[in-house]
Amino acid sequence: MAAVKKPKLAVWKFASCDGCQLSLLDCEDELLAIAEEVTIANFPEASRAVMKGPYDISLVEGSITTPHDEERIHKIRRMSKCLVTIGACATAGGIQALRNFADVNDFVSIVYANPAYIKTLNKSTPIADHVFVDFELRGCPINKYQLVEFISATLNGRKPNIGTHSVCMECKMKGNVCVMVSTGTPCLGPVTQMGCGALCPSYNRGCFGCFGPMESPNTKSLAAWFERLQVPSDDIVRMFRGFNAYAEPFRKESEAHEK
Amino acid sequence: MKSRTIKVDYLARVEGEGKLYVKIKDNTVADVRFSVFEPPRFFEALLRGRRFTEAPDITARICGICPIAYQMSSSQAMESVCGVTVSGPLRDLRRLIYCGEWIESHALHIYMLHAPDFLGYEDAITMAKDHPDVVTQGLKLKKIGNELMVLLGGREIHSVNPRVGGFYKVPTKEDILRFVEPLQWALEASLETVRFTSTLSFPEFERDYEFVSLRHPDEYPITEGRIVSNKGIDISTDQFLDTFEEIHVPHSTSLQAKVKERDDYLAGPMARYCNNFDRLPEVAQKAAKEAGLSEVCTNPFKSIIVRSVETVFACHEALRIVKAYKAPDKPYVEVLPKAGVGHGCTEAPRGLLYHRYEIDDAGIIKDARIIPPTSQNQKAMEVDLRQFVQKNLDLTDEKLTWQCEQVIRNYDPCISCSCHFLKLDIKRD
Repeated sequence: MAAVKKPKLAVWKFASCDGCQLSLLDCEDELLAIAEEVTIANFPEASRAVMKGPYDISLVEGSITTPHDEERIHKIRRMSKCLVTIGACATAGGIQALRNFADVNDFVSIVYANPAYIKTLNKSTPIADHVFVDFELRGCPINKYQLVEFISATLNGRKPNIGTHSVCMECKMKGNVCVMVSTGTPCLGPVTQMGCGALCPSYNRGCFGCFGPMESPNTKSLAAWFERLQVPSDDIVRMFRGFNAYAEPFRKESEAHEK
Repeated sequence: MKSRTIKVDYLARVEGEGKLYVKIKDNTVADVRFSVFEPPRFFEALLRGRRFTEAPDITARICGICPIAYQMSSSQAMESVCGVTVSGPLRDLRRLIYCGEWIESHALHIYMLHAPDFLGYEDAITMAKDHPDVVTQGLKLKKIGNELMVLLGGREIHSVNPRVGGFYKVPTKEDILRFVEPLQWALEASLETVRFTSTLSFPEFERDYEFVSLRHPDEYPITEGRIVSNKGIDISTDQFLDTFEEIHVPHSTSLQAKVKERDDYLAGPMARYCNNFDRLPEVAQKAAKEAGLSEVCTNPFKSIIVRSVETVFACHEALRIVKAYKAPDKPYVEVLPKAGVGHGCTEAPRGLLYHRYEIDDAGIIKDARIIPPTSQNQKAMEVDLRQFVQKNLDLTDEKLTWQCEQVIRNYDPCISCSCHFLKLDIKRD
């Protein structure tokens, strides 16, 4: 029997913390098995070896923030059969998208002594604003088991089994006591997509939205509940302006509470 | 005139985006640039206007490899503004989660990022084909570090549990005791790691570094101490900006730090080891000596052995805390906002991490300053490169390029922290 050619996997980085691609190296039990099934063709964080494209699967981490990256993502799209964004930066612009609500020149001069050396765009935008994205893995960081599920599903030609319901549902399924009902702690669980295993409520704190908006988020109703809990409007703005601040439902809700 | 250029446009096996450029003219190194091209993310700007309690969650996102370091330095800074000290079992738990990060990060660097250089592999996955036991042991060790972070933080990356004042929830004694056995294994594995790394062959290269690290009266430093150096610095953390300064150079989106009245300095495992050898537990001191290390190591390529010795320490320390653990009465100390300025300084796996915040009475951040280890080390990396290339001009471009990359990887740089990535470019005239 002829040897089956292994699919080529590539990992690309834009503006990010590296945490989502590190999740692949954090698959301590699965990593060597994954490497048996795919050829790791471009993954600079892990290897010096770089193979030329095209690639079967491209995992893209990070948001677009520079003129150079704005062009680079198109080249990557052209070389990739399936392009998947991994994490909040790539799917929503990340925490660095807070600049989108301010003047980026003010931001540059706060951090750098010689702003003229810095080339940056005035907005941090998700990959899907620039090219077609085949699949999104949410989270800040992503859930590594969702990543393994995605790779495994793709290799087997099936649809990945990854939910789009809310953290609130995950929390109920886990049997947690609701932090909002029991302690009046504001929680983004009802409007945030599942994937973390309702981590924050399990640690007695409110969800702060790492996985971004779920499929049909009623942010308006949740914000009204926050108001009933006496959460000041500045804090409502801050809650929706986290790692997924620029995802539309969160962005609109934060803007609605801005004075 | 003969010119030669060595360059690497995207440095591999480091975290973030950087590149290298070396120009050689008439057998003399004419120019050396280690550039970080990581896109700037402006954390210091976006922190303004946020609540002081949000700093640990937000700054964690600077780095996916050492988020605990960011959470701890920022929490400490906020507590210092508000006049709160976290002590007893809560302090121990902070040290424990930090040990988890050291074990995870050091094992990742030793086995996955650094060892392949010495054994001539492009990466750990190809290395695993010839050395399956070595790589499997490394992955298992790394996993135990990660599991400690999962227990105390909720997940491996960007923990949700640490907060200003302590934790949202503390583990039960039973949860913690489950770690005794894995940590005993990890301690043995880390000793084996020291033996393994000491058998590698190292390029001959020594440099008279200024080693900067924390030093604590009775502990090997992780979470606190005074800032000291082997060349006379001995200051409290609030004097950081009086002693060090940051320079913005055109070729990098990361700021470069230096000692104000002198020059480049080195932070990280070699610095901690040199300044605190006497604070290491006996088991780690003995392992170091058996590996042929003296109390000071000035060959940066041997940082892989020093990192292994520190892993022995981290496993030993974690085991000590786990065995002595008594759950605190409350998971955190209440911290009420107070206007003022505070400083936080802890030892990230790759070196000193400094935070400074100014907050107002309502706890809103007015100003933030963060100096990550990789920007502190950037200048030292360039000096290393310059001297290393000058001494090794007879190597072929291919070999020299690979070894130049290694000069940078010796630092376990975290370029996303500092800002960007590695690309090596050697130019010979």
